[in-house]
Amino acid sequence: MINELLNMNGYGLYVWSAFSFTLLSFATLYSVTKVQYIREKNKFIAKYGELDAQKAKIARTQTINQEILSGSQSI
Amino acid sequence: MFKIFEPNKIFLITSKAPKYVMALFIAVISIGLIEALILSPEDYKQSHSVRIMYVHVPAAWISLGIFSSITLLSLSGYIFKNKNFFLIAKSLAPSGLVFNIIALVTGSIWGKPTWGTWWAWDARITSMLILAIFYLLYLIAWRIYEDKEKVLKITTLITIFGIINIPIIKYSVDWWNTLHQPASINIMSKSAIHSSMLLPLMIMTAAFALFSLLIFLMKYNTELIKLKNKGLDRL
Repeated sequence: MINELLNMNGYGLYVWSAFSFTLLSFATLYSVTKVQYIREKNKFIAKYGELDAQKAKIARTQTINQEILSGSQSI
Repeated sequence: MFKIFEPNKIFLITSKAPKYVMALFIAVISIGLIEALILSPEDYKQSHSVRIMYVHVPAAWISLGIFSSITLLSLSGYIFKNKNFFLIAKSLAPSGLVFNIIALVTGSIWGKPTWGTWWAWDARITSMLILAIFYLLYLIAWRIYEDKEKVLKITTLITIFGIINIPIIKYSVDWWNTLHQPASINIMSKSAIHSSMLLPLMIMTAAFALFSLLIFLMKYNTELIKLKNKGLDRL
């Protein structure tokens, strides 16, 4: 059964390599996008931390900034 | 007009949605893989190599759909003077390119046992390769141009030229004598594909669509945070 599934009448190499390439591409794209997201978010938090109290208060008024700082978003 | 497309409102949804989309994607792709690799029948002519269709065809469909959406969004951005449309278009492009590459590579793998060659300068394959070049040009333009107005103009021009290629891809199998078979699935008439093969194809298409949605949401959130980083600099 397992051998049959792997071999697929001699087409196994083609079928499995096509599916593996697809899933590997998905994993790579997901990882790269996630790294970019985390990098930008950390940059934002670091920059926000450097603001003085008044500027931080102004920045806090924006919904997106509140959302980024709350950390409720998760990917 | 288009108040719903305001980043402040969208971010409340897009920031929370990825985890749900991810869960749904894992569920759908798991069912799709079982259907495509185990449950679906082999083809009487192509035997098990037909299973490559379940990754090749959805990838090609979605890459075409994403490029068409990017063009529509870029043009809408100009018509309605809404820069958020450009941001949405930019966030869609990476998954479009990856799906295009998947379609080319899996097509090449499928070509070897079916046609006896990894590559042929066939009308469908060549026009898909041209689409990949347009995706690359679009993404490179966003990277190299600093001037905001210039980049919006150049990326829109790239999509306008690129969209001409979409009907060529679609009808290449009818217009030229190619190695590719004509379309087996037709919305307007009865499909030439059996339901036992159509079901896994549709499930895999849904899974791929969910994955592109997931990447879009993550990329869009990243772009919004990038904008907010610039906003903090200006405070």
